[in-house]
Amino acid sequence: MAQVPIVNIHGVLLVTIQDELLDYAVSELQQNIAEQVVDQRARGVLIDISVLDVVDSFLARTLHDIAAATSLLAAQTVVVGMRPAVAITLVELGLVLPGLRTALSVEDGLAMFSRDSGMVRAAGR
Amino acid sequence: MTTTEDHEISSIVGDFLERCREPIVAEWSGSLFFQASDGDREQAAADCAEVLAGMRRAVLAGKADDPGAEGYASVRNVLEILAAQHDSDARIVANIAAGMRSLKDPLLSLWHEERIRADAAAPGAAVLAAAVDTLGLVLLDTALSAGRDTIASQREQLAELSTPVINLWDGVLAIPLIGTLDSMRSQIATESLLQAILDQQAHVAILDITGVPTVDTMVAQHLLKTVQAARLMGAECVISGIRPQIAHTMVQLGIDLGEVVTRARLADAFTYALGKLGLSVVGTERGGV
Repeated sequence: MAQVPIVNIHGVLLVTIQDELLDYAVSELQQNIAEQVVDQRARGVLIDISVLDVVDSFLARTLHDIAAATSLLAAQTVVVGMRPAVAITLVELGLVLPGLRTALSVEDGLAMFSRDSGMVRAAGR
Repeated sequence: MTTTEDHEISSIVGDFLERCREPIVAEWSGSLFFQASDGDREQAAADCAEVLAGMRRAVLAGKADDPGAEGYASVRNVLEILAAQHDSDARIVANIAAGMRSLKDPLLSLWHEERIRADAAAPGAAVLAAAVDTLGLVLLDTALSAGRDTIASQREQLAELSTPVINLWDGVLAIPLIGTLDSMRSQIATESLLQAILDQQAHVAILDITGVPTVDTMVAQHLLKTVQAARLMGAECVISGIRPQIAHTMVQLGIDLGEVVTRARLADAFTYALGKLGLSVVGTERGGV
């Protein structure tokens, strides 16, 4: 299986999940992200899950763990593009992932970092 | 009684129904049961003959007391029309019971006038009575299922009508919830709201519960789930339209909406949403004050 690509955009790592991931691939991704955050001195991580129809409890917990780990490394994690059906399922499972930041799209997620760092004056939203 | 005898009784009763068709139809078409056909005697007689034929087939098949028999199934559409005429009447069950009596009495008196073998008379009468009773059951079932269908389709329409998602501003959605929220309705509302958030890339969604008469723990749970699901997608939810009594009730029930943003009025929620988007409403000098 192809590795999940991690792209650095002005200090924000864009992680685009392109296919359903098996558990071992999820664990691998978790380690990979932590290493990349340190190596590239990233200030943020964007995880795009908009192609996923199914997010199981393991992936959900891992997303939460990634966010916790990166915040120890001074990088914010934002999960973007969760589908309605996935959101409803996670809520029904009781996995509301408190503390995890979310955004509607990659664009919105990037805008959050611009605002946070104050590098770009975000007029409007 | 052995099966052969059963079969014999069935065929005797079947013969009787065939032989006496005319007097039976004459008696029945004037009865309460078929009277509903707008006083149209010809129509009533035709309905009668059809129902009688169906009943005879069921008797001959030895299934006089089986509502699922082919003979009864084939007259269902005639019964449907009869049931629809009864439907306007609230006392449908009483009417059908009375109608059944008005069919059974003349049938049995005709049966006793016939010269039937002494050993077949009593079991034959029992078969006839069972057949008429079953006809009543089938009619009742038809009438009730017509009612059930109506209720189901109306419920569906209600669900469609009651959950419009309104686009208040670019990136601001509102869903006015109206009426009692059962689990099916709130599920539809949640799904349509989340889909609209995705389609329009809305940042703020307002759940307005002005039109919800009571908020119990179930409703609160649904609201909370919707808010959490929207948050997972990256949108924020605001709950508005909580009336004073409802706020009071919610506190007494111990309902805690947690960190969910709430506002008293839809207008306040909208102002909050605009603020979230970095927008504000300012008056112009040409304002009419």
